Parts: sequence; structure tokens; C-alpha cells
Amino acid sequence: MSAMGTSTTAQPPRGRSLWDDARARLLRNRAAVASAWVLAALVLAAVIGPWLLPFGYDQVDKQAVWLPPLAGGRLLGCDALGRDLLARLLVGLRVSLAIGAVATTVSLVIGVAWGATAGYLGGKVDELMMRLVDVLYSLPFIFFVILLMVAFGSNIVLIFVAIGAVEWLTMSRIVRGQTLTLKHREFVEAARAAGLGRTAIVARHIVPNLMGPVAVYVTLTIPAVILAESFLSFLGLGVQPPMASLGVLIAQGAQDMELAPWLLVFPSLVMVVTLMCFNFLGDGLRDAIDPKDR
Amino acid sequence: MLRYIGRRLLIAVPTLFLVITAAFFMMRAAPGGPFDSDRKLLPEIEANVLAKYGLNKPLGAQYLDYLVGVAHGDLGPSLKYRDKTVLEILKQNYPVSLKLGLSAMLVATVVGVSLGVAAALRQNRMVDNLVMAIAILGVCIPTFVTAPLLVLAIASKLGWLPTAGWNDGALPNLVLPVTVLALPQIAVISRLTRAGMIEVLRSNYIRTARAKGLPEGVIVRRHALRAAILPLVSYLGPACAGLITGSLVVERIFNLPGLGKFFVISALQRDYTVVMGMVIVYAALILLLNLLSDLLQAVLDPRVRLA
Repeated sequence: MSAMGTSTTAQPPRGRSLWDDARARLLRNRAAVASAWVLAALVLAAVIGPWLLPFGYDQVDKQAVWLPPLAGGRLLGCDALGRDLLARLLVGLRVSLAIGAVATTVSLVIGVAWGATAGYLGGKVDELMMRLVDVLYSLPFIFFVILLMVAFGSNIVLIFVAIGAVEWLTMSRIVRGQTLTLKHREFVEAARAAGLGRTAIVARHIVPNLMGPVAVYVTLTIPAVILAESFLSFLGLGVQPPMASLGVLIAQGAQDMELAPWLLVFPSLVMVVTLMCFNFLGDGLRDAIDPKDR
Repeated sequence: MLRYIGRRLLIAVPTLFLVITAAFFMMRAAPGGPFDSDRKLLPEIEANVLAKYGLNKPLGAQYLDYLVGVAHGDLGPSLKYRDKTVLEILKQNYPVSLKLGLSAMLVATVVGVSLGVAAALRQNRMVDNLVMAIAILGVCIPTFVTAPLLVLAIASKLGWLPTAGWNDGALPNLVLPVTVLALPQIAVISRLTRAGMIEVLRSNYIRTARAKGLPEGVIVRRHALRAAILPLVSYLGPACAGLITGSLVVERIFNLPGLGKFFVISALQRDYTVVMGMVIVYAALILLLNLLSDLLQAVLDPRVRLA
């Protein structure tokens, strides 16, 4: 998204750049626009929401144990320890979104660097680098992530790195493909003729031009990462209590669902809405940037 | 073709080697060991136990021992289940996972392809929109959400099906886990089928088939479907990975005695050999399925050349 903003530099005789067209197409896609608004609201709620509540996410209250929604001033009810579900939900959403953002950034950096290098250099180097990606692709990655969490304990930085390290593979393939089509274009030729070094060409001329497909894939990676984190948390290997993430909340809710179904329903709802919005936005972006796909 | 298969299998060996190496050293980097317990063992006893399983040797030597064992088809004894070898544990548990996975794949393919075709034939109408809504929901609702919700609604509240347990794979026990496992796959498969079908139905040879007066049903079944499900075949590998990931959750929620349930427990208990055995089995399975999907693609589509 940010790439779109920077690329639309205003020129005196305002022409319509490809980015203008893309934005117009995106704004016409009602599902994508609505999703963007919902996501903005969710992010806002996750960032400032916890400060506005009178309850802490780990604040135990004996009087409030198993309080159903709307009872005793608790909008979404309380859990087995009398902790406020809304407070936990907002903090959990914050953690999940943060993991989504950071791990996606990790995968973005590795994937773009790897793919652009392989694509630009070509030949033997390319073959070696992409063959490695192929090999990594065929590994049961979830097992390695689980082993990693088991081996080094579930600290949150490791979750970022582990998930990011899994997700960069597809990114590098996309980036390489784009680089291959870009590197014989005239402007790259011109840069080379002007005596620019390889690193500078890749960093300043290739990478900025492949941001379109990358942006699409990023919006689709974030939900995948959130899903992966909550999956780990569900198995008890992700974020550790009393800290919350959407996965932790759903796992706990699933344990108590007979007694207190709201503990399962609300976190699940937030999770599904979040993932759905990212997917709609990603699909919308893809249709906008690459209309030949539809 | 045979040469291609041979070469792929040859590439699989270093891949498996990589998997084994990475998993081995990761497992050993974990703090704690299989014989840690609340009650500390006497030092002499602990030394004896470690010596019995060769865990007192340097790590490099243990690694070589393990590799030699694997090459001979010996995955070693389990460190936690003292009277069983890893192979016995795998043999005992994999039929559960296999039955679950295959049933889910079968259900997902049949339902997914039918939905996809139905949607493609009525593009942009009610059925189509409905199918696409299901597809998006299916991708966005994780298995660990659908599973407890379905258990809560259908098993606990309505009492139609058992809440958990394997019961030797009896049908009522299978329905919920298989449904949960199949849903995300149905979503992807119906989407892929729809996209493939729409593209194929626009192609020239379908127009020819229509022009010579074939009934629509024959065109769809005999001519279009085969080309339309091609993208599906290459999805086989990722689908299998997805099923494995899903089975980790599903086997836990429904308390099924399969591999997935064992994996996390064994990893937490530092049962090194059992974890290694499972990683190897899963890696080999994924490699095999990837090969199979590539071969199938070549069989279905003569344009694909195996190089």
C-alpha cells in the first residue's frame, strides 16, 4: 500500500499512471474497501483499546469468574480466572497482528533479497539458489517450527523469526520471476550503461519496480502468518499464558466451551473476520494491480 | 519416464539427509533430556541409562550411529515407551492418520470438484456466489475453530455424533474429524476447479465439441473436466502438507491415536528417536506425493515434459 503512495508523484500535466488506474480499480472493489476499513478499525482497537478498558488482560477477579457477556459491566464476559474477555481479546489481537506484521516483514526482506539476487545474477547462481528453495519447499516445515519452539522455548522473537523464515520461500519465487522479466528492460540497460554497480541496480531499479506483486503477496502472507502463530499457540507452543494471542484465546475457549461458549465464539469471530478482511484486501489488490488474472 | 523417476528419487536422498540432519541437531539443542523427571535419578543409574541408549557418546558419534541405523532401516528404540521400538510405534499409529488423511482427501476432492464445476457452469449466479463464499470462509476459518464449534454444536448440544475418540475408525467417529480436515481443502479445490473450468469452457476444442452437437453433460464430463482439474494435480503436494498440519490439531481435539498427536507430545518429552522417526516418515511422504503429482500431471497433460 505504501508503495502505491510513493509512486504516484504528481506531474504538471496530470497523466494517469498505472498506479492511478490500479487505485481506481481497488476503490471500485467494495469488498476490498470495506475490508480495509474493518482492518483499520481492528488495528486501532488493538493498539489503543486495552488502555481504554478498566480491566487488565491478566487481571484476575474472583467475583467475575465465568461471568457471561453483558453481566457486571463485562461486555464479553470473563474466563475461568475472572479475567475480562474483551481486554484479553484486544491484547490478543494486538499480539497476533504484531506477529503478522513482523514475521511478514522478515519474510519480505529475505524473500526479496534472495529472489532479486537469484533472478538478476542468473545462470549457475540462480539455479543453485532456486534449487535450495525447491528443496526447502519439500520439507515438512511445520515440524521444524515445532522443533524450534520446543528446542529454544517459546519466546516471541523466535516465533517471528521461525514463521518468517518459513514464509519467505514463495516470496522469493515471485520476486525472482518478476526480476527475470525486468532485468532486460531498457531502464535497467540504461542504468547499467550509466555505470551503476549490480547492487545499486538491484536495490534502486529492480526492487522498487516489483513492489506491485510483492504488495499483493504481503497482504496474503499476513493472514497466513497469523494463522501459523495461532496454530502454534493452539498446540501450546506459541505465545505463553498469561499473555494472549488469538490462538491462545481460542485454545482456552475450546477447553471451556461447554461451560462458557462465549470464550470460544468471540475470539473465533475476531480471528475469522481478521483473516477474511486480509484475504479480501489481498484479492482486491491482485485484481487491481494485475487485472489480467481475472 | 523411468529415468526421470530414478533421478527424482536420487534427489530425494540428499533432501532426506538434510531433513534428518537438521531435525537431529535441533532436537539435541533443546534443553533437557528424555530421562529428566521430577525425581532425580541416581547419578550411577542415569549414567547406565544414558550408556544403554548410547547417549553418553559425543554428539557427532551419536549422529553417525543414527545415520547408519536409518540406512539399515532401524530407527532405534523409543526413549519414553521403553518396551517399544520407533518402528512399532509408527506402525501402530500411522494407520489412524492414514485413514483420516485419505478420507479427508477423498471427501475434499469429490465435494470440491463438484462444487467447483457447479459454480463454473453457472458463473456469477446464485450457486456460484454461494460456492465462492464457502471457499473464502473455508480458507479463513482455521481447523482449530471449526473443530470445537462443530463438536459443541453437533456432538455436545445435539448429541448426534460422538465428541471424540477413535473407536477403531467407526464411521460416526470419523465424520467430524474428516469434515474438519476436509473443509479448508474443499475451499481451495473448489476455487481451483472453478477457475480451471471457466478457462477450459472458453477454449476452442470445447466449442468444437458443442458444434458437433454433443450434449452438455458429455462435454463437461468427458472433455472439459480432465483439462480443468490439471491445476488440482499440482496442488496435491501442498494439500498433503495442509492435511498433515491439520491432523496435528484434529487428532488432538478429537483425541485420536494418530501420528500427529504423538509428535508434539514426543517432542516435548524429548523422545529423540520417536520425533526423528516421525519427521522422516512425513518428509518421505511429502517427497513421494510431490513426485506422484508431477508424474500424474505428465500423464494427464501430454504437453508437460519430464526433464
